[in-house]
Amino acid sequence: MELIMEQMPIVIRSLNSGFLQTLKLFFVTLVGAVPLGLVIAFGSMSRFKPLSWLTKLIVWIIRGTPLMIQLMIVFYFPGLVFHNQIWRGTAGRFAAAAAAFIINYACYFSVIYRGGIQGVPAGQEEAGLVLGMTKRQIFFKVKLLQMIKRIVPPMSNEIITLVKDTSLANTIALQEIIWAGESFVKGSQGISGAIWPLFFTAVYYLIFNGVLTVLLGRLERKLEYFR
Amino acid sequence: MAILEVEHISKNFEDTEVLKDIGFSLEKGEVLSIIGSSGSGKTTFLRCLNFLEQPDTGVIRVNGEVLFDASVRQTQQEAEIRKKRLHFGLVFQSFNLFPQYTALGNVMLARELLAKEQPDYKARKKEIHQQIEEEAKALLVQMGLGDRMENYPHQLSGGQCQRVAIARALALKPDILCFDEPTSALDPELTGEVLKVIKELADKKMTMIIVTHEMAFAHDVASKVIFMDDGMILEQGTPQEVFENTREERTKQFLARYTNG
Repeated sequence: MELIMEQMPIVIRSLNSGFLQTLKLFFVTLVGAVPLGLVIAFGSMSRFKPLSWLTKLIVWIIRGTPLMIQLMIVFYFPGLVFHNQIWRGTAGRFAAAAAAFIINYACYFSVIYRGGIQGVPAGQEEAGLVLGMTKRQIFFKVKLLQMIKRIVPPMSNEIITLVKDTSLANTIALQEIIWAGESFVKGSQGISGAIWPLFFTAVYYLIFNGVLTVLLGRLERKLEYFR
Repeated sequence: MAILEVEHISKNFEDTEVLKDIGFSLEKGEVLSIIGSSGSGKTTFLRCLNFLEQPDTGVIRVNGEVLFDASVRQTQQEAEIRKKRLHFGLVFQSFNLFPQYTALGNVMLARELLAKEQPDYKARKKEIHQQIEEEAKALLVQMGLGDRMENYPHQLSGGQCQRVAIARALALKPDILCFDEPTSALDPELTGEVLKVIKELADKKMTMIIVTHEMAFAHDVASKVIFMDDGMILEQGTPQEVFENTREERTKQFLARYTNG
């Protein structure tokens, strides 16, 4: 116990900087995947069949294969096949991870969005049309909020999963929090063979997801004023 | 001159003919009731008038202006259609109120969006908004909903919702207000309050087309009745002509089911 107290400051500093990477990947993925998911959702609902087939094929492949493999393909593919490793250095690793995460999560989001869009009764659109509204106005003024209300619960699930999925980025050596925790098993900064820092990373995830759960729950309640 | 002229409207869904050569005209201030069994094409016809469906053949004229002509492509362009729709209002069987807006918000929304297209909108923003709000409130009062303006649709009864929907349609001052079975989703008690409001509109000489299964109501309120069967107009005339001096055997059969309970 005394030893742990001694190691604590070093470990916490390391885990904090690892968690910063985790947070960065989390937010960058959200910012990228939330709009990209909408584009994919509209693509898959397009009346132009080739576009809808293509997007559905992509979504099927992305959802049907492990994110870990996708990370590896994005990271190693350019170097192995084109002999051109475009992902250089720490920033490169982060960019590769972000690209894989954004594509992966955008596909999952697109399916949720599509459910949300199609869940709004056709009568809403018809009522808007009959009232002389443009399709654009109907989308933004009538359907969007109803859609958001429908997608908040499933999106909350995905977002909480994303927090934990960021740990997969350590397969391409992105130094996120698990990486930081593991380094003390292998030996780092004079500490080696310590397993507790790795276990301790779970507390970070737990607290962060706790905060997210409260925030998302609040958003859900905020939308309860209509049905 | 007739406010509405409909000629040779027909419509197919895949292989089924839903509307066959529909034609009639309506004078300003008239109330037309369209009756007929389910699947006879009544609703599809109303949807054609409101450009929710596109007829395969035929012409629709309002105040002499050709709004739709199946043989003229220009009359089928999206941007054109949006303006033309405003000649008509449509009240749906299932209300289709916007759930995230209050009763007042529902009535005001489309008017406010349209107002933004006025060239002088920016300069007179406040004034325009105030006018729209006043008119919307007056309409809700007229519908007997003066104390319900700030309620959301889920807080209202079906009858109240339908009256909000009627106010919402009236807010755009349509030439012709259409009702698609406005009371079919309501229990008898709530039906009365909606029919009363429609009756009041008829007394004010609002031109209306009402698809309904309420035969007594159609008889009382309508100045003209059309009986539709299998996509065709089988019989049309005054309520007396259609209900009392029925010519067609098919119409008699249909009406018998209602009068005999």
